[in-house]
Amino acid sequence: MSKPAESAAAPTALVPIPRGPVPHAPESARLREIEIQVDGKAVSVPEGATILDAARKLGIETPTLCFLETLTPVNVCRVCVVELEGARTLVPACSRKVEPGMSVKTDSERVRLSRKLVLEFLASSVDVSTAPAFPEYMERYDAHPERFGKDNATVAQPVKIDNDLYVRDYSKCILCYKCVEACGIDAQNTFAIAVAGRGFTAHIATEFDVPLPDSACVYCGNCIGVCPTGALMFKSEYDMRQAGTWDESRQTRTDTICPYCGVGCDLTIHAQDDKIVRVTSPLDNSVTHGNLCIKGRFGWQFVEVQPAEKK
Amino acid sequence: MVLLWGSNARETHPIFFHHLLKGVRHGAKLYVMDPRRTSSAQWGDVWLGLNVGSDISLANAMGREIIAAGLANEKFIKNATSGFDAYKAHVEEYTLERAERDTGVPAQVIRETAHAYARAERAQICWTLGITEHHNAVDNVLSLINLALLTGHVGRYGSGVNPLRGQNNVQGGGDMGAIPDRLPGFQHVENNELRGKFERAWGVAIPPKRGWHLTDMFNAMERGELTTLYVLGENPADSEADRHRCLKLLRGLEFMVVQDMFYTKTAELATVVLPAAAGWCESEGTVTSSERRVQRVRRAVPPPAGTRDDMEIIFELARRMGRDWGKLDSEKLWDEMRALSPMHGGMSYARLEEMGGIQWPCYDESHPGEMFLHSRLWQEPLIGPRAPFSPVEFVPPVDKLDEQYPIRLTTGRRLDSYNTNVQTGLYASPLRQPETLDLSPEDGAHYKLEEGERVRVSSRRGSVVAPVRFDPGLRRGLAFLTTHFHDQVATNDLTIDASDPKSGTSEFKATAIRIEKELTPSQGD
Repeated sequence: MSKPAESAAAPTALVPIPRGPVPHAPESARLREIEIQVDGKAVSVPEGATILDAARKLGIETPTLCFLETLTPVNVCRVCVVELEGARTLVPACSRKVEPGMSVKTDSERVRLSRKLVLEFLASSVDVSTAPAFPEYMERYDAHPERFGKDNATVAQPVKIDNDLYVRDYSKCILCYKCVEACGIDAQNTFAIAVAGRGFTAHIATEFDVPLPDSACVYCGNCIGVCPTGALMFKSEYDMRQAGTWDESRQTRTDTICPYCGVGCDLTIHAQDDKIVRVTSPLDNSVTHGNLCIKGRFGWQFVEVQPAEKK
Repeated sequence: MVLLWGSNARETHPIFFHHLLKGVRHGAKLYVMDPRRTSSAQWGDVWLGLNVGSDISLANAMGREIIAAGLANEKFIKNATSGFDAYKAHVEEYTLERAERDTGVPAQVIRETAHAYARAERAQICWTLGITEHHNAVDNVLSLINLALLTGHVGRYGSGVNPLRGQNNVQGGGDMGAIPDRLPGFQHVENNELRGKFERAWGVAIPPKRGWHLTDMFNAMERGELTTLYVLGENPADSEADRHRCLKLLRGLEFMVVQDMFYTKTAELATVVLPAAAGWCESEGTVTSSERRVQRVRRAVPPPAGTRDDMEIIFELARRMGRDWGKLDSEKLWDEMRALSPMHGGMSYARLEEMGGIQWPCYDESHPGEMFLHSRLWQEPLIGPRAPFSPVEFVPPVDKLDEQYPIRLTTGRRLDSYNTNVQTGLYASPLRQPETLDLSPEDGAHYKLEEGERVRVSSRRGSVVAPVRFDPGLRRGLAFLTTHFHDQVATNDLTIDASDPKSGTSEFKATAIRIEKELTPSQGD
């Protein structure tokens, strides 16, 4: 073995260490490209990708509610269904993996009717007034939940306010499972919540339905981060909405770095009239994947305390 | 494989722990070395509940076992390291049996851990203050580095030694030269050529000798050599070990400036207080995370009236001292710094924005940054100096246990709180509980205590009163306090300021205490 001349001495702090080669991650095996037809157009995506990925690559907008890039698909909302040639039923685009030669219709009569009904069933039984995606989806699919009449069953129930950080309004819950996934194996691994009950009484529950402060919850708020309807909401936002002062048109969003530990989580600060009103993290951030801990998500209030009170 | 050594990352670095759990879900083995069976340890395949401060004995015994079993990476050792023979001879006396006596960890478990680490395809050692808040902090770290050198678990993808930094910019502070012997980019102040570069750029002479670290400073105050202190964003009146001594020395200063967002305990003692803005959301700049990633911080809200950006305050001080640096522009400041620090050379604001942060070193604007360090150690012939083995001896904690002080107190953080609680005290965490002295249920029974009962906790330096809580993650003879709630329980009245001679870090993790039933309510309760 060759012995370089200068390497006899131990490193000294006085002299900078010379550069080595730029490190790289090992090459992952190149995935085979699979070609399918979506709405008559050919598109190829890597093996393992979904019909949703293929549709998005073509710029085709597909509605989703229970799907999120950072979570394992659970296929419960059925709003993303598409017509797959040769399949008996409609298939969920968010989880059905592409296979060579597939031919998919994303906007057929059958697909449109199915999506319309899904939206109508949800919107007739659940309060979707704070679900950002709903108005556009309802219009696109001409959904009219009011046609089921006034006496249809709903999941209306009192708002759960049992701590100072976030509220749970299950009148707004579409049972998409995202919060369960984020609390569980996909991110936080705390498993404080699960779906309990069957059929119409199915609901998100802590262990034995105890209040949050008595549960295993660690208040990371990662469930709020993934909730598509506003059923889970920051207390700060809830209070402002109740007071009628919540106004997203007056809000700014600024990305910065969490002031606590050294992990370097990206925080998006939502401020209204120069006051912080909530903190989130971008889903596509390589450090957080949209997740934060209790300190990062809720520990900003010290900024809003006036200097005279800071003691 | 991950060895999580002296770290409760589940609570102190929660989002890092998400990544770690993803590895565990994909089959990575997790070994946790911690005297407490923490929420992190509960995720471990194996928990090594070693005695407080016995880390070196454990590491040396693992090293000995790896060599004895023929599992050392001889090729790597020969090509890239020095001092192997001396290390081998040194660890010879650290038999599994001896380590079992020192650490309390069964010999068989130490053996199994050593074999698993040496045989792993990729293995990391991650540590935090359980390693560094000791009188022999640097030796503790060296004992872990020895293991990485022995097995070649360094400088390769997925392998490495990884100190998890506890503050959002403690890495960046060091990188920028806020340590006694370095200029920005870790360039040594005692290297004339490197110092000269800065002197030419700035048109000033820089003191050619290293300065003092925090512990040196307190010693210099004691000798009367340090009479003026400028404290930025630090609260030593609460955070220093042996608080009685610390407060006495701070009070004895002739002049102290405190620049902080809050009127802290330290600020109460100051001659002048300069109210500062919140750096992370009321200011523009960068911070550097634990993975050496330089990231932008941005102003999201304006600072409250009467406060100023930290950098603005320093600019204004300079102006009044006769140096006008012009108007503060954080990007210009950054560009000046990266022109002088080669490892930051390629990190323009535009690239930091575009790439979502860059890991140093990043030498030029075509350089992608480096996901791990020390790749040079795998080059044949080796590039640069050899990485030395550093034989280190197990020396138990300074604060000895005896009949008077029979219980080992260790300290740490809780999930929802942070350091002296200056920031976290101001949000309503549903998890927050009053500070308690945590004891094992067995000690509770032994001392005939009920949960919630108040006890007097005494060390050789001070005593405090605290309610008791039982934690089944503790064993007999081991107690735990946080340092978050000094208004309730002044933990640092108890801790010892015995500090590491190289790093200056105090041994917060190992205090000898005794507990007594508090029969009469004490004053101020």
